[in-house]
Amino acid sequence: MSAERTQGGSSAGSARAIDGGRFGRGAEPPSERKHEFSVVGRPLPKIDAWTKVTGETKYADDLVLPRMAHGKLLRSPHGHALIKRIDAARARALPGVYAAVTGADLPRVKFGILPVSQDEEVLCTEKVRMVGDAVAAVAAVDEETAERACRLIDVEYEPLPALMSIEESLAHPEIRIHEYGDGPNVHKSVALQFGDVEAAFAKADLVREDVFYYEGNTHLPMEQHAAVAHAGPDGKLTLWSSTQTPHYVHRVLAKALDMPAAHVRVVATPVGGGFGGKTDPFAHEIVACHLSRLTGRPVKIALTREEVFYAHRGRHPVLMWLKTGFTRQGDITGCHIKTWLDGGAYGSYGVASTFYTGVINPVTYKMPVYKFEGARVFTNKPPCGPKRGHGTPQPRFALEVQIDKAAEQLGLDPADMRRRIAAEPFTKTANHLTVTTTGLVECIDRVVEASGWRAKWRGWRFRAPASPAQPVLGEASEGAPEGGARRSEAPSEKKRGVGLACSAYLTGAGTAIYWNDMPHSGVLLRADRSGAVTILCGATDIGQGSDSILAYLPAEVLGIAPKDVHVHPADTSLTPVDLGSYSSRVTLMCGMAAIQAAERLKTVIAKAVAGKLEVGPGELVFRDGKVGAPEEWDKAVTFARAVELAEAMHGVLAFPGSYAPPKRAGKYKGGGVGPSPCYSYTACVVELTVDEETGEVELHDVWIAHDVGRALNPLLVEGQTEGSVYMGIGEALMEGQVFRKGVHKQPSMLDYKSPTTLEMPEVHTILVETDDPEGPFGAKEAGQGPLLPVPPAIANAIYHAVGVRCDEVPIAPEMILKGLERRRQGKAARVGPEKIPVFKFKEPLVVESAFGQPAEAIAVRPFQS
Amino acid sequence: MMRLPPFTYLAPRTLGDAATALAEHGRDAMVVAGGTDLYPNMKRLQFEPKVLVGLRGIRDLRGVRGSAREGLTIGAGTTLSAVAGHPEIAARYPALATAAGLVSSPQLRNMGTLGGNVCVDTRCNYYNQSHEWRKAVGFCMKKDGDICLVAPASPRCWAVSSSDTAPVLWSLGARVRLVAASGERTVEVSALYQDDGIAYLAKQPGEILTEILLPPADGWKSAYLKLRRRGSFDFPVLGVAVALRLEGARVGEARIVLGAVASTPRPADVAAAALVGERLTPELIARVADLAAGPSKPLDNTDFTHPYRKKMTRVFVARALRALAGLDGSGRPVEEVA
Repeated sequence: MSAERTQGGSSAGSARAIDGGRFGRGAEPPSERKHEFSVVGRPLPKIDAWTKVTGETKYADDLVLPRMAHGKLLRSPHGHALIKRIDAARARALPGVYAAVTGADLPRVKFGILPVSQDEEVLCTEKVRMVGDAVAAVAAVDEETAERACRLIDVEYEPLPALMSIEESLAHPEIRIHEYGDGPNVHKSVALQFGDVEAAFAKADLVREDVFYYEGNTHLPMEQHAAVAHAGPDGKLTLWSSTQTPHYVHRVLAKALDMPAAHVRVVATPVGGGFGGKTDPFAHEIVACHLSRLTGRPVKIALTREEVFYAHRGRHPVLMWLKTGFTRQGDITGCHIKTWLDGGAYGSYGVASTFYTGVINPVTYKMPVYKFEGARVFTNKPPCGPKRGHGTPQPRFALEVQIDKAAEQLGLDPADMRRRIAAEPFTKTANHLTVTTTGLVECIDRVVEASGWRAKWRGWRFRAPASPAQPVLGEASEGAPEGGARRSEAPSEKKRGVGLACSAYLTGAGTAIYWNDMPHSGVLLRADRSGAVTILCGATDIGQGSDSILAYLPAEVLGIAPKDVHVHPADTSLTPVDLGSYSSRVTLMCGMAAIQAAERLKTVIAKAVAGKLEVGPGELVFRDGKVGAPEEWDKAVTFARAVELAEAMHGVLAFPGSYAPPKRAGKYKGGGVGPSPCYSYTACVVELTVDEETGEVELHDVWIAHDVGRALNPLLVEGQTEGSVYMGIGEALMEGQVFRKGVHKQPSMLDYKSPTTLEMPEVHTILVETDDPEGPFGAKEAGQGPLLPVPPAIANAIYHAVGVRCDEVPIAPEMILKGLERRRQGKAARVGPEKIPVFKFKEPLVVESAFGQPAEAIAVRPFQS
Repeated sequence: MMRLPPFTYLAPRTLGDAATALAEHGRDAMVVAGGTDLYPNMKRLQFEPKVLVGLRGIRDLRGVRGSAREGLTIGAGTTLSAVAGHPEIAARYPALATAAGLVSSPQLRNMGTLGGNVCVDTRCNYYNQSHEWRKAVGFCMKKDGDICLVAPASPRCWAVSSSDTAPVLWSLGARVRLVAASGERTVEVSALYQDDGIAYLAKQPGEILTEILLPPADGWKSAYLKLRRRGSFDFPVLGVAVALRLEGARVGEARIVLGAVASTPRPADVAAAALVGERLTPELIARVADLAAGPSKPLDNTDFTHPYRKKMTRVFVARALRALAGLDGSGRPVEEVA
């Protein structure tokens, strides 16, 4: 894997001057800073790297407490059934069993991550809605006994028809999975319109309508979920859990267990991969707590891999209809998208997921008019929720493939076309989102250059199939280069192709999951007489490196080494709230809070040291573990001495930092989903080979340029980018959370196909820096956005290689062979969904488009001063 | 996590002790070598032995003896890594080294043995699931149930022979030695298997597979191609083993054996016969590939669709033959072919 970084600052990049050079060297420091970066921009190891690679890290399943019992859940074998009777007596009688419980033993409340979707029971009491729903639980001397005891619990079910697809659920309103929602088996229906789409289409030279399908897939973290609960003799409860959202788990535990939140403590253990799969509160966490209360013993529940497939909350399967108008030059006149999400059995984050299939789309390109209709449908499958990219990879796939098709019909280079229509910095989108900086044009230029796109792409090779349903722009289509551009190559069954796609993603959701005016992220920073600094923050490191960011940023501000910062994350009794590791929010939000706290400490220290050195506080520099005036650096005091001086002057040195995003939500119902402090941008080129005899795809290289604002640690950003590419490849080519005969077809690491290292191509990561005014030292997100362009870039490269349009992922070899066969028969070489459901969306909320309105450069944030 | 049910583990030091222990415990006992197939199956309650007879402590079961000129004898307990990396096997029985090197992942090849792969349980994606999953879908006849979920009207089980090495050993004309407390016998690999997903081995429960005997390699060329979703880890969903003995430019003898398209490795004898006495021209290869696809009758119980696996049979047979004929002359490396 290779990587390089560039500074933005072209006209397409930030409106603000770029400071700092490569790796923080070689350029003048900005006026507000006294020195060039010492930590930011350096490829440092993560602070937990040593414990991880030596196996010292204690994950939740590594925790062993004295007298600990092991819990196990009994899960439903039915996809949809009424519970007629449930009896755990035989389980309780088994030697070694400490407790066996059913839903009747728990408070009769429902819970869920979103306040509007409180639809889950800890242990189902009346009805099960999927294979894998928990109905009872056992605590026993060991896991083997608990498992045997579960098999002794008698449950009598009355099976109901299981609805296993969007079509089935809509076709059977008489069978209700839930009693609430926006219609029979419709969890949520959304319709928003910004401007007049019909007028926009009338202005277009080319209007395309396409149907796409994106199969559901799962997070597949290496670590299976695990939790250890301990109800102490003092009546207080502690839960250690592999969770991305300890704060939300804290709230749910209090509700589901009917106990004061003040007596509940949640500690997020190091998470061995999350990707959104550990962002909900789960039955096993609550059950472990309850079993501990009953037995007076610590109780551990560790899920099996199969159970993780049932806990799921992964990528929604989404069927999409997309209509977009283009001018002859490639500009978008307007866009209308309809999405149908297969939500599974529960709400989870589904309302947000539904919005996300629509609201982020206008951020990437200039899209003056926009209409979005979306519906999430309940089915009897494990609930879907947030997976890396949350609701946006599906429409991104549709948009980028459709743009490729339009470029072909218009005879345009797809890279040039995208470059032309890239969103403008510091403007608003049609749906009132504020774009601050964007490095998309530079990202495109960089991947085009690095990949040798011009030499490899060389025109459209296959004539776009003309069909009555697709109005083809006569002139431009005829002028388009066709078969003549095909390279002369040795006759071979293996064909090479390149494809390009772009994307944008939010850097943290602008609103919390529950409505409140409090900080989204908080830290408490304490300076010690030893010269160490301790930072407490509720953020959860799921491998993305948030613990390291919490060390780097105070170290940068205070001029000390990251190793001198002790990070205490994610403990609801000790750490200020951070909402959780989701929506790519942590680096920005806890980073801003950490900087604020460090600046407060710095101010106090500077005042004390200034008195000692008899200089003005503003003249002091914090660098290399010392504080002093640059002109008299030999008189500089050590940081530890500076802390002593400050503590003597001010008392205990402990400072809070708080962050909440700027209040920029659109003033319309639904405007709360989509706003973000800033958006990251990505461009990607894929080069691959398609075997025309087998349909197999071999990836050779991926060039990916990501506008990360600023790479606080380029190593971590590259790691996130490569991980995103890997995950995108899996979704594009093989992963599918699919069902047969009412059950998950392959709930195992062997049979759920996810790429191995052997499937990974060479990834060339290019980091583009735009120094966003909203981010800590200009940083934006990197954990999710780089996934988005990968599946469509692969689909577009397959088309370039063999002329087959795959409007559906995962793209199996069979699909490519089917497309080739159609081409041989003279038919349109397209594989993908043929129809959309019969479904009437509600009347859209019509709002004026805010497209192109100027955005203020720096927004006012709560808690800023 | 999934836990192993309790069992008694016996660790005999000699083959005789192992055979005696197996005879003594009858149907309650199973043998275990690398355990890469058996232990996961035990966790899922596909196998429920009370006694395991461990073979790892028996030195005689490991190692490779003899020469390619006279024929090699491979101990059944030799790891797949050792087979794949053995210089004489790689040079003279290349299809076997290839097949052994394509089983699962490096870690499992370091534990898994050749004998284990020859005897590996048949697979089906209705069967290789946890007890709870199988209960949810309704148990199948291979374990705990009455019907075949792939072909519900069928009286038999259609689980798939999923060994990489079995079709290769068959194509090479190998034999295996079976040892029981009551005596021993040597049988052709082709006689070791039967086309039934449950009774897939024509082996008595008390018999231990101890050795694989390869005939002299002189004049033979061999190749193995494997279809699977990923470059590692996955079981075959189609295996093509081809062995040829050339007489000048013409084929003297030929065997084509297909893996993972039935409950047994399946010979494509008509196709192989069409090669004998002929030159390996592109036209002949195309005709033989069509013939070889005939016996390929996969069902919908593995990864990939079964029509695709059927279609790929022709492609893979043609590719194996082209490679052996040296016809793949475009300068690209022929990755999967030994």
